[in-house]
Amino acid sequence: MSADGQGRSHWFDDEAGPVVRPYAMTRGRTSSQGQHRLDLIAVVVAEPHADDAEADHMLSPEHVDIVELCREDPQSVAELAAELDLPIGVVRVLVGDLVDAEFVHVNRPVPPAELPDESILRDVINGLRAL
Amino acid sequence: MIFGRSERGKPPVEPVTLKILVAGGFGVGKTTLVGAVSEIRPLRTEELLTEAGRPVDDLSGVESKHTTTVAMDFGRITLREDLVLYLFGTPGQERFWFMWDELSEGALGAVVLADTRRLEDCFAAVDYFERRSIPFLVGVNCFEGAPRYPVEDVRQALDLDEGVPLLMCDARDRESVKEALIGVVEHAMAYAADRRQAVTG
Repeated sequence: MSADGQGRSHWFDDEAGPVVRPYAMTRGRTSSQGQHRLDLIAVVVAEPHADDAEADHMLSPEHVDIVELCREDPQSVAELAAELDLPIGVVRVLVGDLVDAEFVHVNRPVPPAELPDESILRDVINGLRAL
Repeated sequence: MIFGRSERGKPPVEPVTLKILVAGGFGVGKTTLVGAVSEIRPLRTEELLTEAGRPVDDLSGVESKHTTTVAMDFGRITLREDLVLYLFGTPGQERFWFMWDELSEGALGAVVLADTRRLEDCFAAVDYFERRSIPFLVGVNCFEGAPRYPVEDVRQALDLDEGVPLLMCDARDRESVKEALIGVVEHAMAYAADRRQAVTG
């Protein structure tokens, strides 16, 4: 988060500052409509045509940052939050916007109870052994 | 940066992701454990406490809220290009339990780290995973200078169910941590098999 003009416009009181400021990027929204909560390990993947993100004036710099990171490599929600130093809730809303605008898609993790068979878990064990 | 740079025009690999939680009392070595096996320096991700349960667009009442940040440290292990395991250290303080619900949803399992000098610090985590039927094992972090007790004594002190594995470990030691994580996955597999049997049999 940058300390640019947005951060200096004190339309909120000091006490509320830490809450409101990050959510100013989401225009006050604390969740994304029409979407389930994105898991921390949901993977955000940039769509092939996402190169146009910078040219899209509807997007904030933070939106563009997310698209750029994901264009390099798919990123989990947790990694995006850590990388951009934004609260997870903010990243969720921004990713939701990008999904709506079709700049990215999200792969939700499969809950272990719904894994088709044990082979993935065996792969995890073998992978850990090989570390 | 992570999953192998994607060439233009070539679709990037979209990995399957899984997570294991690392729980236990404050200062028991959760972040140390994550750091011992993570391919990245444990990252910190934060959430604002006031966000929990707020309806869309509702900022009323924000001005009177006390704000707190919950930090979670996490690490990543790329097992294969298309298979990534994340480790999440749960926030140590009990008042952040609302985060646990979110973290534990869809988790493969958990390691509860225990310190024999403050065994009671991990009771809450043991309770939590038991009640939610999340497969977990207890790793007794063998701190230097801490008294060593026989496994059976620790089990008894924790009142662990028979099926819950307990092992001695060293959160700083990569091999020891690998062992603990493999234990969690094996336990999760056995747990799932038991459940299937209970359903079909």
